[in-house]
Order: sequence, then structure tokens, then C-alpha cells
Amino acid sequence: MTMFLHSRTLIPGMVLTVLFAGAALISLVWVPYDTTVLDIANKIKSPSWAHPFGTDQFGRDILSMIMVGARTSIAVALVAVGIGMVAGVPLGLAAAARRGGMLDEFIMRMNDLVFAFPSLLIAVMITAVFGASALNAIIAIGIFNIPVFARLTRGAALSLWSREYIMAARVAGKGAARISLEHILPNVANLLIVQGTIQFSLGILAEAGLSYVGLGAQPPVASWGRMLADSQTMISFAPHLALFPGLAILLTVLGLNLLGDGLRDILDPKLRRART
Amino acid sequence: MSLLSIENLSLSIHGTPVLKDVSMALEPGRVLGVIGESGSGKSMTAFSVLQLLPNGTACSGRVSLLGRDILTLSEVELCGLRGRDVGMVFQEPMTALNPLKTIGAQVAETILIHEKVSRADAMLRAAEALEKAELPQDRFPLSRYPHELSGGQRQRVVIAMAIALQPRLLIADEPTTALDVTTQAQILKLLKRLVIEDGIGLMLISHDLAVVADLADDLVIMRQGEVVEAGRSDDLFRNMQHPYSRALLEASGHVPDRHSRAQETPLLQVKNVVRDYVSHAHGLWGKVTHHRAVNNVSLEIRRGESLGLVGESGCGKSTLTRAILGLEEVQGGEILFDGLPVFTHHRANKAVRRRMQVVFQDPYGSFNPRWKVGRLITEPFHLLDTPPRGEERNRAIADALESVGLKAEDQHKYIHEFSGGQRQRIAVARALIIKPDLIILDEAVSALDVSVRAQVLDLLADLSDRFGLTYLFISHDLGVVRSITERVLVMKAGEIVEEGATATVFDAPQHPYTKKLVAAAPALPADVAVA
Amino acid sequence: MLRYFLKRLLSLVLSLLAASVVIFLALEVVPGDPAAYMLGLNAQEDTLNALREQLGLNGTLLERYLSWVGGLLTGDFGISYTYRTPVADMIGDRLWVSLPLALYALTLSTLIAFPAGIWAASRRGTYVDAGVMGVTQLGVAIPNFWFAMLMVLVFAINLRWFSAGGFAGWDAGFWAGMKSLTLPAIALALPQASILTRVMRSSLLDTLSEDFIRTARAKGLTKAQAMWRHALRNALIPVLTILGLQFSFLLAGAIIIENVFYLPGLGRLVFQAISARDLIVVESVVMLLVFAVIMVNFAVDLAYALVDPRLRRRAG
Repeated sequence: MTMFLHSRTLIPGMVLTVLFAGAALISLVWVPYDTTVLDIANKIKSPSWAHPFGTDQFGRDILSMIMVGARTSIAVALVAVGIGMVAGVPLGLAAAARRGGMLDEFIMRMNDLVFAFPSLLIAVMITAVFGASALNAIIAIGIFNIPVFARLTRGAALSLWSREYIMAARVAGKGAARISLEHILPNVANLLIVQGTIQFSLGILAEAGLSYVGLGAQPPVASWGRMLADSQTMISFAPHLALFPGLAILLTVLGLNLLGDGLRDILDPKLRRART
Repeated sequence: MSLLSIENLSLSIHGTPVLKDVSMALEPGRVLGVIGESGSGKSMTAFSVLQLLPNGTACSGRVSLLGRDILTLSEVELCGLRGRDVGMVFQEPMTALNPLKTIGAQVAETILIHEKVSRADAMLRAAEALEKAELPQDRFPLSRYPHELSGGQRQRVVIAMAIALQPRLLIADEPTTALDVTTQAQILKLLKRLVIEDGIGLMLISHDLAVVADLADDLVIMRQGEVVEAGRSDDLFRNMQHPYSRALLEASGHVPDRHSRAQETPLLQVKNVVRDYVSHAHGLWGKVTHHRAVNNVSLEIRRGESLGLVGESGCGKSTLTRAILGLEEVQGGEILFDGLPVFTHHRANKAVRRRMQVVFQDPYGSFNPRWKVGRLITEPFHLLDTPPRGEERNRAIADALESVGLKAEDQHKYIHEFSGGQRQRIAVARALIIKPDLIILDEAVSALDVSVRAQVLDLLADLSDRFGLTYLFISHDLGVVRSITERVLVMKAGEIVEEGATATVFDAPQHPYTKKLVAAAPALPADVAVA
Repeated sequence: MLRYFLKRLLSLVLSLLAASVVIFLALEVVPGDPAAYMLGLNAQEDTLNALREQLGLNGTLLERYLSWVGGLLTGDFGISYTYRTPVADMIGDRLWVSLPLALYALTLSTLIAFPAGIWAASRRGTYVDAGVMGVTQLGVAIPNFWFAMLMVLVFAINLRWFSAGGFAGWDAGFWAGMKSLTLPAIALALPQASILTRVMRSSLLDTLSEDFIRTARAKGLTKAQAMWRHALRNALIPVLTILGLQFSFLLAGAIIIENVFYLPGLGRLVFQAISARDLIVVESVVMLLVFAVIMVNFAVDLAYALVDPRLRRRAG
């Protein structure tokens, strides 16, 4: 438990992350107001006791919209990180195990190629072909995450492959696949967790950007980026419409980044050794 | 007046005491050797002379250089003194130079920051300093970058930087620890020459008594932040008082008690082995170059024997080790273990591999930090067709740990809970657990402090007596090889250049390279080493 | 040096080739016939054929790919399906908004990040450091288009210092053009500057703990001299990498930010093209942006060689 005290960012990061993840979960069973029901009589109301964050141009409760939007953002970003890890980590491990070989060269060249396509361009292409949906956002962000994890895994694994304990495992007759699983993966796991948190936060930002320009989740699915896009024309007389979804994005991303920094503080063996 | 006198220096970092009442003095033209094992505070003492200390350091006492008390000087005054009155040489030549600047610019910088001279003049004097450090201008022009030089050459650049302004005091902190033994001898000779020619006072810091013994006029032996013994070196070596200094001296020349049981039957035969590396110098489509790391090497280890293999870094001894262990296939020749090939049909022969184990150099990098000791030392069980389970496995773990002087309960601990010496014992336990015939000791004691090294050598000698083990002892350290092997091979540039009984080879070397190696090896004064 | 250059050049060409194949194939799978779409339901078969010919839609996959790439190389991007005008002209106009915007933002973020990163590193552990790190933590987390909306609210709607959107055009003069790009550029630069500041700081701190800094200090250099003369250039190497990677984020960001400010740039063009299903425009813009990213990374590779003599030597 004392290890939590070693990081000043871990607790605030966790609080913010749990807050928004909690809001997303609660929205599955309960929201203050149904976001699919329009209530034109109550449109564009400023924050009040009944509607703490006010209502939008269709009279929908902003707080409820943000709770449902959290669900979209978190789901998209989480699945995208999952795609990146599931595909990227094995590629990185394989490249490192065959370092300097053709497989390594091939994987790294493919990585470079994907890196030349920002996730927005991938989304543009997918949308041009299949039309816009939240699934596009997941695929676009997910594809972009693959080389991130592949590179990180390869880099960390490469330095581990030169360690003497890997040599000892080879002397014990273990093959590259077994060594990658038993020795390399557990020792890069911390790094992956930290990077996963960071990619998660970048995924939330990317999802917001995509749905803002209409390449992500489509109505009636509530999403923070969409809410901001809708609020733009009304910003001069109803700034609260833009304020709360933006703050939601900012605080979620901030929370995840703080959590990532905090995790790095307690998981990074380099820092931990320096402290003891 | 002393050049440097340190009186009752105490130092703490963030409240943790590091030095306690340290005193020593150095006269011009003399060499002061400061000796100690890791954690003795010897480097901190050196850094406190320059006041290049980590944040949160508090000093008390008196450090006087040419009559000025360094502890009372301002940072500006200290900057004026560093490099001008005091030069410093560090342990790691590979990282001590800025990789992005030429060696000329880096040497000239010492001059430029202390004197108002033109850049061209500074460069001229830099060239002189480099010449003085024995880097001739025709081969090492000022325009060279550090990465174009070897470790020893880089150390000469650092020395040139330190002596460019002819300082009165030169501090060398383990200046040769990272270097090969022949290079070490050359650097030590250079330092000695500077002391004699220019009357510089040299403070030489080392963990190695033998390195200092030859050079130092005065000695200070430190332990855990305190000076345990000091005096003129010829007196001190013959008449050590403090038990720690005596133990240190004994450990430096320690010869473990080992009974040779070498039989006539060969256990391992290496016949005309060739190992080439292919490197794609410029990517996948670039020119393919071959590098022959092991060239037509033959050797034989007899059952029960302890065979030494000495050579400097890059001579191919690690490559040979990997080939023997069956980790890499060779391009020519064959390796037979007890008559069986190590490689059959491009695959390592499991029946052979389970009879060989290895202990590596680095006590820190040799273990997966996430595994407990029990799992770590049983890893070689992977080589067995039916690895022991349950109670049988527990007994094997307990036996292995106890035979290296640890406790059976230690299997539930993680590796970071152990000291360097204990880790090396665990590495030996890992090698022992499948009861191999041959253990390859790849620089297995090189990273250890001398006193710990002596203990591990005793353990190895004891184990070979008890279990009838055969050792292949690979090391750059001739002293260690001499103490534990019966026969020795000398390797240079991928070839074995000399072979014979250890005592014969070291006392009467035949090959010029062996002669050079033996001559370069630092040794304690002859009349002391016997004691 | 020459060999290094040639090697990078080869890799550049291969990347461009691979990227063009990916983009071409991705948009080839789209169902439907652009010619039929353009001419409506009642078009005659022979007019359709003539149009297909004109658009380069006939022929095998390989022929179409080669003619597309050949066109790109000669500056012929094809004809827009919706506007029936050359795509090259449409892109040309928009490029003069998007490119200055990206460069403006890149300059701003570098001008902010370098001093801020150096300042924080040289005051490590102080309130200055904590303050800079706190601000960049926010800067990294803020969505740039939201930040842009807030700036519009404050500086355009309330203070009326800038117009809320649109582009004055370069015809109205350089400063008028720059003024309409200022708010967008700031919005783009803020998150990038934050990331760059953090990288600069940590890279500098890493370098300051290197052995050669201690060597420099032992020569008599002050802490500040050691940092400026020895640490800075070494610290620049990882910063360059991030700078190259950031460019692709900057382009992506620019596309979004153009929407906030109704700027007639490539971003607006590509979204109009998507809703009009004008695939050839989408294809061309995506290819152009990918080309830019690859070129910037090529430039970064060359910059490495300028900074680092080890690279010059090793590769040639």
C-alpha cells in the first residue's frame, strides 16, 4: 500500500478515471433523463437543479448525454487499445526474437508504413469506403495503435534479449517462443500497462476528434465529440453546451495521463531501485 | 606544504553518512593510492576534492589544495580551479566524452574556458596535450570523433583534457578498470610518466591492490567511509596492521584449496572449430561482410580438470563458449562431449546439453527479476525428459542451495533480496541443480569485490572436490585463472596461441602475446604476495 | 554520408510506393460506378463509356494503378467526380491554407517548447519545473478543437480581436492571411508544444546525468555552460524523432481545426468530398498528406546525420 504514496499523480489519476468509468457503467442501468426522448419545451436551458449541466437544443439533459457519451468514448478507446496490444505485442516479440532477420525487417517496414497514416486519414479512407460509424473510429485508432505497441515491445524486448538470464534460459534448452512468453513478456508488461494507459487517453482524444468531424459515432449514439460539433453554432448564446462535454474529455484524458505517470512511478524498476 | 591535504572530512548525502573523518595528504610528484571495495567511499573522497557531488550532499572538515580550503570556496572559484589546478580522469572512457564533438574541440575547451587565447592557439595546445597523452597527431588528428577511438584511446583523450593546463593535481578514479589488461598497463605507465616528468601529484583510486601497488608511493585503505590504514606503500605492504587490510591483501592473492582429480579421458573435445558471423553492413541490400570470430580452434578438457581460457575482450572466447554450449552452430569442425556431438542435424543435442551448465559474469543481469529463487534455479530442469516434481523437486532445490552455502528457505525470495556475492552463489546453484559434468565459468568472479571473489573461488574449489566437476574457467584476469586452474589456453583474435600447464605458461610464456599479457598483468610485490 | 543519404532515399521511395498501393486498393474496393453516379440514372451506355474512359476507369487494376501513379507524378490528379474540374487545381488552392497553417503551428510549438523544456530542466524540482509540467499536463489532455472553440468564444465573440472563422485570403495581404490563421495555429500548437516541452525536458535531464557532463564539469565548466555546450545538442536527438512524428498529428489536427474555423483547406475539401462521394479527391488528398508525412520523416533522418557524427560515419 505504501507504494501508492510514492507517486503524487497516481491517486488523482485513479479518482478521475474511476469517476468517468463509473459514470459510463452507471449509464448502462440508469441515467437522470432518457437521452433518446426529445423535450423541445425545455431546450437550451442553463444549468439548474433539475439539469445540473443544462439541456441541449432538443431539450436533452447534458449530464445524461455526458454519461452515455463516456460509454462511447471509453468503449471505442478501450477496444482500440486492445486491437493495438493483441496485434502489436506478438509482432514486437516476434521481431525481437528474430532480431536482424527478414521477419524483423518486414515487421518494422510495415510499422513504418502504418505510421505514415495518422488515424484520422485511416478513418477518412474507411469512411469514404464504408460510411461513418463508431466501428470506423475503433478500427482507425486500433490500426494506428498496432505499430505503437509493436515498436515499444520490440525495443524493450531487444534490450532484454541481451541479458544473461535469457542466455541462461537458452542454456536450459528453451526456445525463442517459450523465452518470449516466460521471460520477455512478463518483463515488458509494466511498460505495456503504462503505454496502454497513454494510448487509452490518446484514443479518447482521437475518438472525440473523429466524432467531432462526423467520422465517428453517428446519432442517435451520444458522443462527446458530436455534442461539441452540435454546440458550435450556439456557442455565442449557450456556451454551457460546449463547456461540459469539453471538460469531460479534458478530465478523462488528464486522469488517464496522471494514472499512466503514476503507474510508471511505481512500476518502473529503474525508479524503484533509485528510491530504495 | 602539502599539495592536497584532507583533514577529518565527513560527508553525508541526504542525511545518510558516506564518509567519516577521512584524512589523507599528497605531495607534488608523488602518487597516493586510495584503495577500497565498493561502498568504501573512495570515489566520493575524490569527487569532494573537486566538489562535484550529488545534490543534497553536506561536507564538513577541511580539504585544502595548495593552501586554499576547498570547502569554503564559492562555485565560481571552484570552476576556476577545476581543470586548471586539478584534472580528473574517470572510470568509463566509453561514456566520458561528448559523442558529438571532436576530440580536439573537447581538449581545447579546457584551455579556452580558463585562458584568454584564440581558438587556433587552443587547438595547437590541444594537439600538444594529445601528443603528451601518446596520441600522435598523424594517426589521431584533432578532427577525430570519440566513436572512432577505442576505449584505451578515449581514456588518453580524457587524460589529455585533464593535463592540458598542466594542473598540479591529477585525480584518477579507477582509470583502467574498464580496460583490457595490456591497455591498462599502458595507461598506468603514461600516468606514471606524467608524475615523474611534470611533478604532478596523482591521486589514484582503485579497488585493485595490485594495480596500485606498482605505482603508489603512499597508500590509504578505506572501508565503509572510513580510512582503516594509511602509510608509505613499501612499509604498508610488508607490515599491515588492520585486520581488514590484511584480509584484503590475502583475498587479492587468494589461492583456493583444490585437489586436482584430472583423469586421462577427455570430457569435451573441440576440433578445428570455425565460427563466422555474417553482418549486413548496410541494411538488407547492403554489402555482406564476414567476420571470423573463432578460427580453427581445437582444445580438450579432461574429466575432473579445471581448464583456464584467457584473452582480452573481442578475442572470441564468448563466441567459443556459445558454440560449446550448443547455442550456435559452427561453420567448421566439430564439438564432442563425452564422444557425442553437441549439434546433430542442425539441432542442439539435448542429451549432451543437460550435462553442461554455465555461470555468467553479471550477478545482476543473470536472473529474471520477476521470478523467485526456487523457480530460477530449477530452470535447467527443462532439459530433462522427466523433471522432478513435488517433494523431489523441493529436495533438489534445497540440496542445490545448501551446497552453495545458502538456506533452503531462500527459494521463496526474489533475487533483489540478495547481494552480488550471494547472487553468484545462486547462479552456481542453478548450474549444479541438474548435476552436470562440466560447468563453464564465464568471467564468473570478475564483477565481485576481492573479498567476495575469494569466497566464491573457495566455494568453486570445494564443489569440484565434492562433486567431481570439470571447469572451463574463462577470464581476462590472469591472477584468478592462476589460482584455480591446472591448465590454461591463451586466446587471441579467434585463435589459441599458447597452451600448457598454468604455472608453466605464466612463469615462462613462449608466445609473444602471452609474454605481453603476463608482463602487463598487475602484480603485488613478490615478497608480499607470498605472505 | 552519401551512402546514408541514398539508403534513406531508397527507403523513402519504397514507403511512397507501398503507401500508394494501400491507398489505391482501399478505394478500389468501393462498390459502385462513379461514372453512373455522375451522370445519373438515365445515362446512355455510350456516354457512360466515354466518361469512364475520360476518368480512367477502364482497364485492369494494374493499368488503372499505373495511370493513377503516372498522373500523380506529372501533377495530373484526375478529374473531380462532382465538380468536373481537375483535382490538382482544387488541391492547389486549398494547399495554400493548410500548409501555412501546419508550418505556422509547427513554428509556434517549437518556439514555445524549446525554451520551456530547457527552463524546466534547468530548474529541476523547483516550482518553475512543477508549474511547467502542470501546464503541459493540461495541454496534452485538452482536445485542440475544443480549445479552438473556447478561443473563438473569448477572442472572436467576446473581445472581437479576431474573426470567428473564414480565411481572409492571401490576396488581402500577408498579415491579413496570417491573422486569420493565428487562432487556428495556436489551437493546433498548444498540445504539440506541451508534448514537445515534456520530451525536451526529459531528454535534457537524461543527457545531464551522462558521464560526459561530469567530464565537462571537471574541466571547469559551470552547470549552465555544460548544459548549453554539451547537453543541448545531445538532447536534441530524441526531440527530433518526436518532432517528425508530431508532424503527422499536426496534419491530422489541421484537418479538424479547419472545420472549427471554416478554413478552406484540405480538411474541408476532404469532408466535402466524402459527403459527395467524390472518391478521387479523397484519394488524392490522403495520398498528398501521406506523402508529406513520409517526406518530413525523410528530412528528420537527414537532420539526424547533421546532428550526430556517429551516424555520418557508420553509414558511409
